[in-house]
Amino acid sequence: MEVTKWGAKELSDRIKARELSASEAVEAQLAQIERKETRYHCYTRVLAEEARERAKEVQRRMDAGELADSPLAGVPVAIKDNICTKGIPTTCSSRMLKNFVPPYDAAVIERLQAAGAVLIGKLNMDEFAMGSTTETSWFGPTKNPWDVTRVPGGSSGGAAAAVAAQEAFLALGSDTGGSIRQPSSFCGVTGIKPTYGTVSRYGLIAYASSLDQIGPIARSAEDCAAALDVISGTDLRDSTCIPKESYGYSKALTGEIKGMRIGIPSGYFGDGLDPEVERGIRKAADVLASLGAVVEEFELKAVDYAIPAYYVIASAEASSNLSRYDGVKYGYRTPKYEDLQEVYLKTRSEGFGGEVKRRMMIGAFVLSSGYYDAYYNKALKVKALIKQGFDEAFQKYDCILGPTAPTTAVKLGESLSDPLKMYLGDIYTVSVNLAGLPGISVPCGLDSRGLPIGMQLIGRAFGEKEILRAAHAYEQTGEYLFAPCTE
Amino acid sequence: MKVYETVIGLEVHVELATRTKIFCGCSTKFGGAPNTRCCPVCTGMPGTLPVLNKKVVEYAIAAGLALGCRITQKCKFDRKNYFYPDLPKAYQVSQLYLPICRDGGIEIDTPAGRKTIGIHEIHMEEDAGKLVHDPWDDVTLVDYNRCGVPLIEIVSEPDMRSAQEVVAYLEKLKLILQYLGVSDCKMQEGSLRADINLSVREMGAKEFGVRTEMKNMNSFKAIARAVEGERKRQIELLEEGRRVVQETRRWDDNKDMSFAMRSKEDAQDYRYFPEPDLVPVEISDEWLEEIRARQPELRDEKMLRYEREYGIPAYDAAIITASKQMADLFEAAAALCGRPKEVSNWLMVETMRLMKEAQTEPEDLSVSPEKLASLILLVEKGTINRTVAKKVYEKIFFEDVDPEEYVKQNGLGMVQDDSLLRSTAESVLAQNPQSVADYKGGKAKAMGYLVGQTMRAMKGKANPAKVNEMIQELLSR
Repeated sequence: MEVTKWGAKELSDRIKARELSASEAVEAQLAQIERKETRYHCYTRVLAEEARERAKEVQRRMDAGELADSPLAGVPVAIKDNICTKGIPTTCSSRMLKNFVPPYDAAVIERLQAAGAVLIGKLNMDEFAMGSTTETSWFGPTKNPWDVTRVPGGSSGGAAAAVAAQEAFLALGSDTGGSIRQPSSFCGVTGIKPTYGTVSRYGLIAYASSLDQIGPIARSAEDCAAALDVISGTDLRDSTCIPKESYGYSKALTGEIKGMRIGIPSGYFGDGLDPEVERGIRKAADVLASLGAVVEEFELKAVDYAIPAYYVIASAEASSNLSRYDGVKYGYRTPKYEDLQEVYLKTRSEGFGGEVKRRMMIGAFVLSSGYYDAYYNKALKVKALIKQGFDEAFQKYDCILGPTAPTTAVKLGESLSDPLKMYLGDIYTVSVNLAGLPGISVPCGLDSRGLPIGMQLIGRAFGEKEILRAAHAYEQTGEYLFAPCTE
Repeated sequence: MKVYETVIGLEVHVELATRTKIFCGCSTKFGGAPNTRCCPVCTGMPGTLPVLNKKVVEYAIAAGLALGCRITQKCKFDRKNYFYPDLPKAYQVSQLYLPICRDGGIEIDTPAGRKTIGIHEIHMEEDAGKLVHDPWDDVTLVDYNRCGVPLIEIVSEPDMRSAQEVVAYLEKLKLILQYLGVSDCKMQEGSLRADINLSVREMGAKEFGVRTEMKNMNSFKAIARAVEGERKRQIELLEEGRRVVQETRRWDDNKDMSFAMRSKEDAQDYRYFPEPDLVPVEISDEWLEEIRARQPELRDEKMLRYEREYGIPAYDAAIITASKQMADLFEAAAALCGRPKEVSNWLMVETMRLMKEAQTEPEDLSVSPEKLASLILLVEKGTINRTVAKKVYEKIFFEDVDPEEYVKQNGLGMVQDDSLLRSTAESVLAQNPQSVADYKGGKAKAMGYLVGQTMRAMKGKANPAKVNEMIQELLSR
């Protein structure tokens, strides 16, 4: 049995059918991690003993007839290391929080556990989710399972790589400007960022509060839908989590997209887009059209300033969100200091990496007196215009299709020297966060180097069902491609 | 010397009397062992989020309505960023851009007549923790119990011109807030504290002078002295041809002078921006009307009603309503015994005396209305006389005894036996022939002596009216 190749939902169904036990699933997963982890470094911490214990407990619940309706019962799930887990270090891949042990579980962790999922480990990421390569991690980079000389993307690089390398059936990541979708694209897996307000952020260590959203990464839209069914829903502890009439994402996967109107912004095919990626997207568009969708190009308004607006807003919020790491209460504290000022300065200088410091400085600058209107306020106006542009587009279309990233996975070390270039890689993803919309990245073939290409489907606010349905229908037209070096 | 005018504006921080904190479910009770009234939310643990306490909004609206403000029906919270160990998130959630109340005012009485002090705005915010320095180990410790206790900051216009006006404004403000029940305003516990912005200018000048700020003042007396002291200091500077520097100063009430803390140049840039973790607060017309309809009677109305309804003098009504505790006690006791005038007398005389003696603040007055009412009825029924009643009241005031039981247990009831009174009075007269002769000789005063002696012989437990009657009767024979 190639257990680790199964989908999450498939695994749960087989455990329910008693083909294997929850414990056997955990053992299979741990064995695969054992084989591959030194090569890819997806995890910051593997919870072997905890998972074994939990699997027994879940099996007991299942034996007692519970969890029959849970699509994730018995499934080992890996969690990005910025989602708080009670009693288990949650580091944000930062020296600053290397020893931080949260006294509580994030809302999504409670929901996963209630659904009988088994936490298998915490995943590597860019420090505090700032980065697009997972190279800013204090624990060192994660490697792309398709080519270990390349990055897995980021910031949820550990999550996407683990799912690609069969080191996880399913992972939870977070997405502030593309952090679920871009690594999913680079690693050839499916990842969805839900509409802002769909999943509770309680327990997600904030990067940019108005943009952050938790979402699943898996090897199919079906598994993403199953995970969303479990983790979405209102939470009284998160005021920005909006109640909806119906969730039921799995039920939306009918395989039928006849008549679905899909728009492709012609501006997406411009400078900086790798021609091979463009070819992949156009081919995917043809497949969707062949399934009965009405696919056409159109002009999407006001996307020019999305990247600067994103970096102004996200950095501003980050500068405030990360101020609490001051060496006073928890986390890293500089060993030698004379006074309070020095505790602050040295702790923060030593505890944070370069990219985090860069963004906090940008953030503090754009919020400072005299510059607020020129930067922060202007960025908010751009954000409103972007949202307006999408609103107009969704008058005509059910989904918007485009590339997830302008290129396939880049070489390790290439981006760190040129952050501006790295920021430009977020061109297709950040505007989706600014508008608060759902976006899913779906693998759509390989480039000539054998690296996965990802297409992005963007939906209207709370339109997860449409993009999941389209992604699922598309995935039904071919087999999932496993990363070759995992064989 | 030129004639100067003092210009004063106040920022008053008031702790709201909600049961729980502004963004989490922790208790707001004062005190408690350090770090026992906090949770991951109010200590700003990574990943936690604030959830607004609805009661805080209602209290802020109630305060705004009572202070004649416009209510901002779509208001927002903002973050004020600065580093300090008592601020665990390194930002305070407050309101800058859209505060909940604006443009109000209250009237105060001054020697020159009534005057309106404008309210610029009221905003909601969270309190910070407390640093405790341990001189023994030379370490500073942080107590997060106060973190997240809800505050409103009431910002006045620079409309006050003297220490008296400042105190009148604060007293009025305190009373309104207490009547609303939105705060206990216990200054010694820091529930009400004021920042004083003060400048001076030549009388008649159009422009304001350079102002200084004195922060966190929490006693009316200290505030009055600080205003006086700072006014003098600024005038002296100007008279010497020097200038006032815009700065924050700390008033040292023991030394009776203020000290510079930090100048405008050192002022922090708080980098305010909208709080992304909270959604805007939408205050519907219905909600606003509901709160308006629930507004309690405030002092001015209450005073008029006491005169009208209970027939007590304006002077008494003013004293009783000067504290909400006393007004509540008055109304409850009056309703129980049906003798409002008697209740008023007990409050005006005995209660005031005992409060002064025990240095009780009005908000700490804890006499139970049931017990006061029962005491009044004991006197009314002739069970005890007034002299005894005063002693019993002291016991009620300090020890919360039940008057009926106390009188019974200590045998303090008046002797109802007329024959015992007659025989006692007869023997007193027999023992004091001189006084009897004096009385009969026209010295009316001698009668008082004989009454007093009889009371004494009866161990104070006789009805004074009856003693009077009896002596009169015996003497006229």
